[in-house]
Amino acid sequence: MLRVRSADSVSSGSPRVFVVLTGEPAAASSSRPTDATAHTSPQSGIILFMEAAIRCRGLKKTYDGKVDAVRGLDLEIHPGECFGLLGPNGAGKTTTIEILEGLLAPTAGEIEVLGMTWHEHERELRESLGISLQETRLSEKLTVRETLELFASFYRNPSSVPAILEVLSLVEKADAMVGKLSGGQKQRLAAATALVGNPKILFLDEPTTGLDPQSRRQLWDIIRQFQQHNGTVLLTTHYMDEAERLCDRLAIIDHGEIIAEGTPAELIARLSGHHVVEFALAGGDGEGADGAWNRLPGVQSVRDEDGYFSLQVEEPHETIPALLSVVQQKRARLVHLTTRQASLEDVFVQLTGRHLRED
Amino acid sequence: MIVPSRPTVNGRWSGYRHLLEARMKELWREPEVIFWVFGFPLLLALGLGIAFRNKPADITTVAIVGNAHAQQVVDLLKRSRQKSGIHADVVDPATAYDQFRLGTYALVITADGTGLHYRYDPARPESVLARSQVDDALEAASGRQDPLKTDATQASEPGARYIDFLIPGLLGMNLMNSGMWGIGFALVDMRQRKLLKRFVASPMRRTDFLLALGSSRLVLMLIEVALLLGFGVLVFRMLVEGALLSILLVGAIGAVSFGAIGLLTASRARKIESVSGLINLVMMPMWIFSGVFFSYERFPAIVQPAIKALPLTALNDALRAIILQGASLVSQLSRIAILVLWGGLSFVLALKWFRWS
Repeated sequence: MLRVRSADSVSSGSPRVFVVLTGEPAAASSSRPTDATAHTSPQSGIILFMEAAIRCRGLKKTYDGKVDAVRGLDLEIHPGECFGLLGPNGAGKTTTIEILEGLLAPTAGEIEVLGMTWHEHERELRESLGISLQETRLSEKLTVRETLELFASFYRNPSSVPAILEVLSLVEKADAMVGKLSGGQKQRLAAATALVGNPKILFLDEPTTGLDPQSRRQLWDIIRQFQQHNGTVLLTTHYMDEAERLCDRLAIIDHGEIIAEGTPAELIARLSGHHVVEFALAGGDGEGADGAWNRLPGVQSVRDEDGYFSLQVEEPHETIPALLSVVQQKRARLVHLTTRQASLEDVFVQLTGRHLRED
Repeated sequence: MIVPSRPTVNGRWSGYRHLLEARMKELWREPEVIFWVFGFPLLLALGLGIAFRNKPADITTVAIVGNAHAQQVVDLLKRSRQKSGIHADVVDPATAYDQFRLGTYALVITADGTGLHYRYDPARPESVLARSQVDDALEAASGRQDPLKTDATQASEPGARYIDFLIPGLLGMNLMNSGMWGIGFALVDMRQRKLLKRFVASPMRRTDFLLALGSSRLVLMLIEVALLLGFGVLVFRMLVEGALLSILLVGAIGAVSFGAIGLLTASRARKIESVSGLINLVMMPMWIFSGVFFSYERFPAIVQPAIKALPLTALNDALRAIILQGASLVSQLSRIAILVLWGGLSFVLALKWFRWS
């Protein structure tokens, strides 16, 4: 499997090797022509098969015949990319990823992972996937090393445990009981149990939920490292910064449906107005007069959250002077004013009218 | 750079081996498990063995209501052959009846000059015994002539004592307890922690997982049998009549069968609280009916077939027959069949209903 980006990535037909985290040679599975699309590299003229790492069509899941958790998802995740499912809690992310992992049966829909189906190739797929579930509590009375050796023993060709300990910075904790680890260390161990089998695809369900910033960055590095060596990653998250920094492409999910899909940059570009001006006022009259803000030059939309306004604007330098003069007319005082680039959070808010995390 | 084609690192049984190893390590590192599986039954055997040890001779304690004729009764008792076995206190009527009710006295004797009056409780074996013992002593001392001459030898031999009855029962109960908790509780705990789901997300073979759990029971069974029997032999000089191999084989079948019942109990439950209740519900009737601490012959005849169909009854009976009477395995086939049936049926149903996530 190759990701056709440029001539130099094509030349890596003899694939780069990463001693620890590598999956099989990336090109090896191109011999499986199932549902593959032929691509011609412009420079070399070599025909390559590009096959989705994960593909699903019309995925549906209804619990107990009542609750529609997933209502018709189409996804295509390319080899070598990091794909994110972004959405609030209860959006159907975990249901979706667990169906793709072969742990839940879908109510309807077709799924193909690495060109294989769960029905026919379960064992083969299990050997090629690394899975980290949301909140698994591993045995507390085993050491880190013992836990990894246990998981490694399930695979025909696992990575070496010492090497995995090294990559995930768990060497110092190798002989510590799992029960004594910190939250970040436990999450790294969970990722390690997924990586120890030498997977081609890594599934991570909310890998950094509840972690401190440093532990989150550590996990991000691990994910990037895996990806850099031809690994494909599918992760769910409700952190928009995580999705923005880590994912090549993502799908925003709400109420079991994809409401937007693309690269983070594309999604933000689709916003009407790439900048956000946020401000709050004190005193003055006519505070509720939102109409005034809408009429400011370049303003695309206005949100008022308890007196905390946020304007989506094309060009802040046109909007802000006008904003200031309106404030003056109202004899109000600005207590807060910032301007920033629009983020995925704004995309989500614009699409749903809600925030990703409403705690 | 070329990826070297790596040889297969792990063989067919590597997963099973590691699962079993991990299970045993987890057990050893859990002090509570060590206590409940090994310490508790030994303490129980020690306590009950001491409480019900064969005393040199049982002394019957009776009350004589203090009146003008009381001394006569005391003198008669002192002259009797059984005087060493009967202890009599002369007390006022209120104390006599009070202490009789509380169990200090097995019998109250009231002399009124013309004869004797006994107050005894037919529901209390020691009271019934005291009545006939005292009556016999007093009548004989008063000059009764027995037409038939009788004689007796005292015999308290290992093999017929309460501790001999108790140890195989405790062994059976312990195999049930550790099978039910060791499998049932452990599984639901893993399910609740999503560890089961995490395992099936890997290429782990589910059969290996169940095999490893079953094997861990067998290893523990060996230790349980060795500890309890060794304890009985060393501390209470118990005699083990049967072949050790037969005992181990029946122990293994018992351990695995109760493991399977534990598996069935745990097949659906999502919370350890709910499985704890279920396990106790399943074990409760067997604690009572299966003859762990006392013989189930005491229950009405009509429920005997049901009692004998319980797996713990079959296990206890088979263990007692082999350990105490040296019975052969073949003679215990029907009991073994009951165990296998329970275990096999539970296993099949458990596999059908088992929830991995």
